[in-house]
Amino acid sequence: MMNRKTWRLPSDPKWWQAKILSVVILVVLLGGWQYATSRAAFDPTGKTEEELMLLEFNGDIVMNDAGDYVFNEEKTSGVPGPLMVGKKIVEELSHPFHKNGTNDHGIGHLIFYTVSRFSVGFLLASVVAIFVGVIVGLNPVIFHAVNPFLQVLKPISPLAWMPLLLYTVQKPTITAILVVFMASLWPTIANTAFGLSSIDKDYLRVSRMLEFGWFRRLFTVILPAAAPAIVAGLRISFGSALVAVVPAEMLLGELGVGYLTWIEWNNLDIAGVLFAILVVGFVGFLMDALFSKLSKAASYAT
Amino acid sequence: MQLEMPTPELQSAPPAEADQSSDGQLSVREASKFFPSLTGDGEVCVFRDVSLDIANGEFVSIIGHSGCGKSTLLNIIAGFDQPTSGEILVDGKKVLGPGLDRMVVFQSFALMPWMSAFDNVRVAVRSAFPSWDSKQVAQHTTRYLNLMGLSDIGKKMPAHLSGGMRQRVGLARAFAVQPKALLLDEPFAQIDALTRGSIQDELVRMWDVAGATVCMVTHDVDEAILLSDRIALMTNGPEARIAEIVDINIPRPRTREQLIESEDYMRLRTRILRFLIDHNRRPTALDDTAHAMQAYPHSDENQPD
Repeated sequence: MMNRKTWRLPSDPKWWQAKILSVVILVVLLGGWQYATSRAAFDPTGKTEEELMLLEFNGDIVMNDAGDYVFNEEKTSGVPGPLMVGKKIVEELSHPFHKNGTNDHGIGHLIFYTVSRFSVGFLLASVVAIFVGVIVGLNPVIFHAVNPFLQVLKPISPLAWMPLLLYTVQKPTITAILVVFMASLWPTIANTAFGLSSIDKDYLRVSRMLEFGWFRRLFTVILPAAAPAIVAGLRISFGSALVAVVPAEMLLGELGVGYLTWIEWNNLDIAGVLFAILVVGFVGFLMDALFSKLSKAASYAT
Repeated sequence: MQLEMPTPELQSAPPAEADQSSDGQLSVREASKFFPSLTGDGEVCVFRDVSLDIANGEFVSIIGHSGCGKSTLLNIIAGFDQPTSGEILVDGKKVLGPGLDRMVVFQSFALMPWMSAFDNVRVAVRSAFPSWDSKQVAQHTTRYLNLMGLSDIGKKMPAHLSGGMRQRVGLARAFAVQPKALLLDEPFAQIDALTRGSIQDELVRMWDVAGATVCMVTHDVDEAILLSDRIALMTNGPEARIAEIVDINIPRPRTREQLIESEDYMRLRTRILRFLIDHNRRPTALDDTAHAMQAYPHSDENQPD
């Protein structure tokens, strides 16, 4: 976020104030988390010999070197604290590209699977949606004819298509991509069509006056004029596809960061689940940042 | 602003332009325009049986109150809109749609905001002279930007230019195409008064050299007298018509200072203002339709004086 090339004066208050506040929030969150998940030391008073033996037999408590019973660190119950999750993060990041069998792939692989699945679905949908949106937006008759269908199809959760898609294409790999595809389709179509149908009429007049052919008219006037609306549509699609990819992986059992949360849940590894959630957040954040960089290239001041 | 004299550069222009700048005689033949009224019952007549002949190389202004239909008339001459009856002839040929022989300079400038000032002119030049290679197109574009005093701002985006600068780009685009006729739709209405004067001077200088026929719509009496050979006075709509055409026989070149001293100028100004004041009152029986017409998107959208 910070541009290293420009020296920021220390007297610019907003910059470091915000940074400090961010750190404070982080510390408060971690502290609260630690407090909420920590257990008091094991207190054996009031427990009979028999009860203690049963607890030790169950593995809840162990005898330490001093001969006292303490809680068993190996057996966790409830939500793990930040230290355990931190340990899990270090452990996972220390070997990001390992592969043990079919389900235990390193986090680097999982991110790659999710990002490529997402990219294929999103790009495919964007191309189709812009194409359809241009056709719909250029012709008022088609626009009004197609609009009711769009309005009904748009609010359908992309996951609702999944059973039908899985039944149709059989392969879960392709189904996951198609769920992303369905999630990214409608906002882009709707925005592209709207953008094209509401172009400033003076630009169209100029293009008619300059006797542009349809090709030049489309690429030098119509698409650039509609570009802000198209990019806004892509942005909405991007967000909804990002939301859809995680449950799609879970439900279809396709390896990726979304499925990781489910694997870890099956392993009853709650620290792993929390790690997976954090990974989903960071991957989404990085992709969104990349996308907004790209979308800036398509914008202009009016 | 200091400007070089444009004449020698224009004479060195390639021969392909000769066809374009041929006879630019412009005729409006008994043109009428009706819009469906907003209430749905019947039609509103914007203007009826308007005839106007503009000789090749002549500068004619159409002046009238807001909503009188003068911009509608200009849009019809430009080919953006069709007359309900009558016809428009350019060089004897009937106008069927917009084209490169009639370049419009828009009140809103209508520059593409995603293109630099240079590209806005270049895209027009490329379209007007399809046989030229990219180097010729670039040279021609640069020449016309320079003629409008825009040599430094070619790379800038329209959003970063003042209104005056944007309209200079608009004029450069229009002149660079070397049209038979130039149609100016209140071109200076959105430009501050001080800048307006210098752009008007530049327009006259360009027009002197290019020799295009000009038809300008305005509601600024001083501007019309300064620039025009003749001024057509339009009555208020609905059913507007051109009531009279005033000859401006003040010798050129005209300067603002000289005009203020001139008795001809005062006489003409008074006459035109008298006409506008006399026609300011709308017939009451037609008030409703007049309002309906103003609300209609094709009618004049301009703010009152």
